[in-house]
Amino acid sequence: MSELNSALEHPTYNYKVVRQFAVMTVVWGIVGMLVGVLIAAQLAWPALNFDLPWFHFGRLRPLHTNAVIFAFGGSALFATSYYVVQRTCQVRLISDKLAALTFWGWQLVIVSAAITLPLGLTTSKEYAELEWPIDILITVVWVLYAIVFFGTIARRKANHIYVANWFYGSFIIAVAVLHIINSLEMPIAMNAFKSYSIYAGTVDAMVQWWYGHNAVGFFLTAGFLGMMYYFVPKQAGRPVYSYRLSIVHFWALVAVYIWAGPHHLHYTALPDWAQSLGMVMSLILLAPSWGGMINGMMTLSGAWHKLRSDPILRFLVVSLSFYGMSTFEGPMMSIKTVNSLSHYTDWTIGHVHSGALGWVAMISIGAIYHLIPILFGKERMYSTNLINTHFWMSTIGTVLYITSMWVNGILQGLMWRAYNQDGTLTYSFVESVTASYPGYVVRVIGGAIFFSGMLIMAYNVYMTSRKDIAPQAAPAVASAA
Amino acid sequence: MASFWSNWIIILTTTTIVGITWILFANRKREKQSPDQTTGHVYDGIEELDNPLPAWWFYMFVITIVWGIGYLIVYPGMGNFAGVIGWSQIGQYDKEVASAEQKYRDMRDRYLALPVEEIAADPAVRKMGMRMFANNCAQCHGADGKGRYGFPNLTDDDWIFGGDPATIKATIENGRQSAMPAWGSIIGDKGVADVTQYVLGLNGRDNDAAQAAAGETVFQTYCLACHGADGHGNPALGAPNLTNGVWLYGGSQEQIAQSIRAGRNGVMPAFKDTLTEDKIHILTAYVYGLGRQ
Repeated sequence: MSELNSALEHPTYNYKVVRQFAVMTVVWGIVGMLVGVLIAAQLAWPALNFDLPWFHFGRLRPLHTNAVIFAFGGSALFATSYYVVQRTCQVRLISDKLAALTFWGWQLVIVSAAITLPLGLTTSKEYAELEWPIDILITVVWVLYAIVFFGTIARRKANHIYVANWFYGSFIIAVAVLHIINSLEMPIAMNAFKSYSIYAGTVDAMVQWWYGHNAVGFFLTAGFLGMMYYFVPKQAGRPVYSYRLSIVHFWALVAVYIWAGPHHLHYTALPDWAQSLGMVMSLILLAPSWGGMINGMMTLSGAWHKLRSDPILRFLVVSLSFYGMSTFEGPMMSIKTVNSLSHYTDWTIGHVHSGALGWVAMISIGAIYHLIPILFGKERMYSTNLINTHFWMSTIGTVLYITSMWVNGILQGLMWRAYNQDGTLTYSFVESVTASYPGYVVRVIGGAIFFSGMLIMAYNVYMTSRKDIAPQAAPAVASAA
Repeated sequence: MASFWSNWIIILTTTTIVGITWILFANRKREKQSPDQTTGHVYDGIEELDNPLPAWWFYMFVITIVWGIGYLIVYPGMGNFAGVIGWSQIGQYDKEVASAEQKYRDMRDRYLALPVEEIAADPAVRKMGMRMFANNCAQCHGADGKGRYGFPNLTDDDWIFGGDPATIKATIENGRQSAMPAWGSIIGDKGVADVTQYVLGLNGRDNDAAQAAAGETVFQTYCLACHGADGHGNPALGAPNLTNGVWLYGGSQEQIAQSIRAGRNGVMPAFKDTLTEDKIHILTAYVYGLGRQ
């Protein structure tokens, strides 16, 4: 074990900060998804709000979204970007102290969110609910992150910059711009937590959804494509399928995504021209989005047999399938005619989760399973069988979640627009809520299965981290492969 | 929109579309390759192949760009350019509403010509009214019209502003505001407690006779202006009858005291800009009928 243990203090790379973020990815994943299951249950059984203000759906929902996107997803992005930038540039992070500051700073942001949101302190901007002092802290941490990341790239020993780093880099720059512009706000007093946005009315809505959609585009897509571009070829042991495809789809993706926000505001006070541009760019976005899926999938050419024995690779590949599916669904939903049915229904929530569970969570889980043994100096994860169990729970949980929301969404959309022969609406709103009840229950079940998988992951990670326990023998089928 | 901003939008949009088209076509052809078909870059053991863009993907990309340009010619999008078919969302809305009006207006106008009392029992009117009630009124008054704390019950015989058809219609059209002032600072804690006992007595409920007697004096000074000397209220002001056991804000001793001490404010929104007069007529008939079941 002595040689393996020496990997703990890698002579060249800073693995400490990667390890910290990787472990916190699992921790925040469990916390964020637990809150998700809870609020899903509150929608099915409202008594679970317990009439406690800080336990109410309205306050816990932003806690869930912030926890899964910025705590779970953010930690996964920090961990993998710090790992990938070192490995592909063949150089240590420029500053261990700054890297450590980003870790503790980001954890402080998350803890502040976990305290202030249940207290009801919110800007009320979706995915940007945190109040101004926390916004400033986020900005500081993010600038340090950019310094560490780009500083490391500047000192690289490789000639070229690997495609994964293009995506991580665009994610870091775009999120900084989005966060700062959307969060411009005026505190009501310097000793008060409350602030008001500097934007008003339609402009406020447009800035908010420019931010909101690009939080999806750059945080949840570009960042995780960076992850994909390293961990898929690495885990599959195959070259990336097409360098030129990565060039085209990278530039097209970053150029077009930034336009797509207005499709969140179809048929509103937003001017017609802005709606049309948002819709056109959203549809053009289909091909650039799929470029990443093709490059990931085709990288497996000649390595498909590995899927039978390697559940980590299965996580990565299935995440790409969900990515392809939701990046097809998104442009379709941006079409005004489709949107007039789908908007304001559970279909939107289903769409978000096919991306969030199927793509973001599953690729992160795959990447973390790849990283944990390396970071703890082990040959492999403690139990490959448990990874396999986790894989199936994630897949089944995701499928249950998104199909129940599809059914609910289409049901609601059709019920809301149904007319009687006398011209009156056939259904009142509350009838559509009653009809949605079975879907809400199925969602709780799907979410609970996905969440339970994370507990298995935590156990597996813990057992892998223990110095006194060797990994279990790989399953027969794995050793045969 | 000022022409500067219109041009700004057109230039940015055109640059983006031309830019992605250029990068797509610039990378289409395969240049001379190295013998092993890789780019020669290796990152942490990861190599990159130099495969051409998949043809189906390339054409899908081209089709979406062509379609997008076409859409921006036909529909608004390029700044102030309105698109060749002159579509607008408000135009689409007006058209859909107009076609619905044409389809249903005649039928509803037949009812509009008839008095509320006459159509209130008509099953077709009741059905239409019920759907309109479910979508416009049930949020506050409940699907069954029985109301809840702070929202009046529409199925009993007690009408705060009056229950004849003309008054119900006026309530729906223009909404109502009822304000009971806060008396706590004027009559003091003792005054509040005394008047509470007096109001309990108006309903024949157990009370403290001495306090009620003191309360009567206060009531006849401050409360009679709206609620009347006998406490029967005044529909013209929306002042409720305090003697019939119907309580909008709860009838417990503490709730009555709270109403006196801190006052109450009730708002019913106006619907005349939301619903057309023929619809309000049918809704009036439905609500009128609710009180007569």
